[in-house]
Amino acid sequence: MQMSEKDVAALVKEISGSDVKKCMKCGKCSATCPAYGEMRFHPHQFVSMVARGRVEELLKDPTVTRCLSCFACVERCPRGVEPANVVAAIRVLAEREQEGSNISPADVPKLVAGDPEIPQQALVSAFRKYRK
Amino acid sequence: MNYSYYPGCTLKTKAQDLDRYGRESAQALGIVLEEIEDWQCCGAVYPMVRDEIATKLSAVRTLMAARDKGQKLVTLCSACHNVLTRVNNDMRTDEYIRSRANSYIAPAVPYAGETQVIHYLQLLRDEYGFDNLAKAVKKPLKGRRIGAYYGCLLLRPSKVMAFDDPENPRIIEDFVRALGATPVVYGMRNECCGAYVTLKDEAQARGNVDRIIRNARIQGAEELITACPLCMYNLKKHQDGSMPVRYITELLYEALGLGSADAEVAVVDGACSACGRAK
Repeated sequence: MQMSEKDVAALVKEISGSDVKKCMKCGKCSATCPAYGEMRFHPHQFVSMVARGRVEELLKDPTVTRCLSCFACVERCPRGVEPANVVAAIRVLAEREQEGSNISPADVPKLVAGDPEIPQQALVSAFRKYRK
Repeated sequence: MNYSYYPGCTLKTKAQDLDRYGRESAQALGIVLEEIEDWQCCGAVYPMVRDEIATKLSAVRTLMAARDKGQKLVTLCSACHNVLTRVNNDMRTDEYIRSRANSYIAPAVPYAGETQVIHYLQLLRDEYGFDNLAKAVKKPLKGRRIGAYYGCLLLRPSKVMAFDDPENPRIIEDFVRALGATPVVYGMRNECCGAYVTLKDEAQARGNVDRIIRNARIQGAEELITACPLCMYNLKKHQDGSMPVRYITELLYEALGLGSADAEVAVVDGACSACGRAK
């Protein structure tokens, strides 16, 4: 059975461990986000949309992969909301869908041939972040 | 004193300089680093969603190995340090994760986060002492203006990492001072380099690196140092080559009078003497 949007939002709250209701909408998370210009939705929007149960648009947005998981928004949130954890939960749920992966083992030879200096850490991180 | 040591995947491959100079410097200081036997890759990024347990298990195995030897666990790569510290915190504080991870691994003695994970810099500051390090320096790096690049992984989230002040850290600056050089403080030293996104979109990482290096240069830095192989990659790749970037351990090796990390690299039988890669 297909989960309702409300159920998915509840799942996001559960696996992110984030209490989105604590947000006081100061916007510091988005102000400090180094990927602000690359993402369609910004940290404060992830928090407020999940709080209101509106996750479908977030799940469909490919620019969620541009989040760097740098934790700047987590560190600078005065309310301990942890926006990056909400972004991570959305991203993981999108990747768990069929065809949700954003990198394939077949991409690796091409990447490494293009730049032999790519560290293993980058490849391992990318596989953890872009694929289920 | 003896410590368990976790090098991680990249220190065996693209970041051999970080590992090699770290080990040789530790040895010169009388610190014994015992590599964890049969270690596995930590996964490079901490699994952020709570229902992912399997991706934390390799870190738990490493933490358990150090616990079983009764030693503190020393890391050198910033990413490994972040993953191992955060998984350790989960095992100590989160019953949901702890019970499931122990059920998967079924160790003789269940693991509950007993190991103390310390970064190489903390080893030098808190165990060996920067004062003693300053005394052990044979070739002070006088006149060099060095910017510390912390990045994200050593500092954040500060509640768990407890590494240093997340907005105004000073451990690397104090390290630079102990080696006889002049630390240069600049605001962008704890902002992200672009990390793994460089594989998806180089332009995004280049933008980040450009802001960091410009800021460091304006503040007077003539070189940067880092403890992270991915920061190193991004900082080198996405600039014009005018700002040298080195690992913290290369600097240490040089200041201890063990040799010049740069000069020692030579091509022997077609392979680089430092990293073994074909040249």
